[in-house]
Parts: sequence; C-alpha cells; structure tokens
Amino acid sequence: MSKFFSGLLGLRRGPWEMLATILIALGVFMLMQPFALVAYTYSFIVTLVGTVMFIIVSHFRE
Amino acid sequence: MSETTIERAAKATPPSVARKIRGLSDRAIAWIFVGPSIFLLLAINIFPLIWTINLSFTNFRANRPNREVEYIGLRNYERILTDSDIWLTMQATAHFLFWTIALQVVIGFTLAYLINKKFKGNDLWTTIIVLPMMLSPAVVGNFWTFLYQPQIGLFNYIVSFFTGLEPSSFEMIGSVALAPWAIVIVDTWMWTPFVMLICLAGLRSIPDYIYEAAEIDRASKWRQFWTITVPMVLPFLMLAVLFRGIENFKMFDLVVQLTGGGPGSVTELTSINLKREAFEKWRTGYASAYAIILFVTVFGLASIYVKALNKVKER
Repeated sequence: MSKFFSGLLGLRRGPWEMLATILIALGVFMLMQPFALVAYTYSFIVTLVGTVMFIIVSHFRE
Repeated sequence: MSETTIERAAKATPPSVARKIRGLSDRAIAWIFVGPSIFLLLAINIFPLIWTINLSFTNFRANRPNREVEYIGLRNYERILTDSDIWLTMQATAHFLFWTIALQVVIGFTLAYLINKKFKGNDLWTTIIVLPMMLSPAVVGNFWTFLYQPQIGLFNYIVSFFTGLEPSSFEMIGSVALAPWAIVIVDTWMWTPFVMLICLAGLRSIPDYIYEAAEIDRASKWRQFWTITVPMVLPFLMLAVLFRGIENFKMFDLVVQLTGGGPGSVTELTSINLKREAFEKWRTGYASAYAIILFVTVFGLASIYVKALNKVKER
C-alpha cells in the first residue's frame, strides 16, 4: 500500500493508471446501479475525470 | 544475378515521375502516404466528434434547421443525468451487460476447455460452435423471433418439454418479465463462440511442460486447473470480458430486430433510446449530449481494454 502511495507522489505511471482505472470503473458502476439517482447524476463527471486522467498519466514514466 | 523488386520498380517508373519523386525528401514521401489516412480520420471521426460536442451545448433540432440555435450550456447534460427514465434505460443495459457477460464467460470457457482436449471430430465441432458468430445480427434477430413464437416457436416447445408448462402459456418477447431474458439468451447464443475462441487461444498458449512439471509434483487435475489453467487464461478472459462489455454497451441491431425495445421500454437499451431521441423526437442537441456521455463511458472502458491488451502482449 505504501508503495502505491509513494508511486502516486513520485508521479509513476503504474499507480496513477490504477487510480484512473478505479475511477472509470466506479463511474461506470454509478451510471448503471439501481440504488441511488444521485450516484447516477455524478457518474459522468467521475468517468470523465478517470478517462482524462488515464490519457494524461499514460505519458508518465514507468 | 537477378534484379530485386526495388530495382525492377525503379526501372519501370517513367523518367518524368522519377524526376519528381527524386526531388522529394523522405519526410515528404511519408506524408504523401500517411496524408490520405489522416484526412479520412479527421473527416470521418474527429470532425463529427467535435461537431457533436458543440451541438451538445445547444438546443438544435435537425428537423427545424432554420430555427435559431441557442447555446444553453450544460443544461442538456443536467437533464439527462437527472432523468429517471434514462436511468432506467441504463439499468436495462446493465442487466443485459451483466448477464450476457457472465453466461458467455462461463459457457465460453467450458466449451474452450472441452474443445482443447484432443478427440475425434474436434475441428468439425469447433466450426459448428463458431457458426452463430458468423451470422448477421439482423438474421439472428429474425429467426429468434420465430423461435420465440408462443404457438409455433421451437424454444417454447423445448422449455415445455423440460418443465411441463404449456408452450403457449408464456411469451418470451411479449412478457415484461421475460423479454430482458430473451435478449440475453440470443446474445449469449450468438457471442459465446467468440469468448470460446479467445479462451481457446489462452489455453493453447500454456506450454505442456508446466503440466508435466505439475504431474511430477503429483498435483491433482483439480489443483492443476486452479493453479495453472485459470491464472494463465485469466488475462485472455479479462480481454474477452472487456471486449464483450464494450460491444454490448453499444448493442442496437439485434435487440431492435428482436423486441424493438419493448414491451413498454423494458428492453430499451441506451443506444435504442439514443436513436429515439435523435431521430424520432428530433432533439439533436439533447441526443448529442447523450451520445457524448456514452462515448466517454465507452472510451474509458476502451482505455482499460488497451491496458489489459498490453499486459497480455507482455506475457
């Protein structure tokens, strides 16, 4: 876990890509879940942030 | 000594053309080759995307081209993301996605595992299993509509044979409870072979010596399956899941042919709903915002897909 956080602080691609992947997956889940309309409302912004982050961090060094 | 292809091509080039080409740098020649592709990419993909993003901030209606177009900011996005009907459409899509992927993975992997065993007629069975995947979705939708007919449909008779129910006592396409399952069954029937092929590629990539080493260590077949087969096929399986997930998120043709989104709107998936907004209600600006939301979702999933693909390549 500490390796993950030090990777984030050191702007390493692996942990940041992982974070972006989690955000995208969370956004897609929020979009399609049947439990809360408010989660559906904020799903797009979460997916968008995850996707943009993924594009940016894929240029970080390994 | 025989001439090489390059030398033959050089000799065949007319002197006037050769003179022109000789004056171009390598970079210029590269641009001549790549240019048409870039132009087509910009014209067919990038320009419509930018135009759709632009329209998504307006109240434009394509059936009223002369009406003044107003920029309304993020109002279209706000309406879509607070609309409970669209939320229900997303849930219908989620139901379809979850069950098709779950069934396709389980059945596809099982079939691949069986086909991977060496037996007589192996190739023939592979061809037969792969056949549904080669059919057009319109054809599949049409003939499953006949199979689901309550009076004459073969599907109802098979179900009645196993359950004892009257064949005409249930309607797969006409019933609110059964219609979502009807589309899941057809998609699973059509696309399980695809998952099977990917799993088969994964199974065939496992070297025999790993199993031989496990045999020497006296590992049981069950243990070999869980500690060798499953972990080594997992990246391929993940790839299949992501690929089918992205494809089924955009599912349109098969479902339109089968149920048309009905009864009511229980099988109205997002792409069908989007088409209604764009080409039946003619709310072009609103539909553009809807399309952008779906695009970002699919693009995000595709990014994960590319990452998974690279991991498989690294193996």
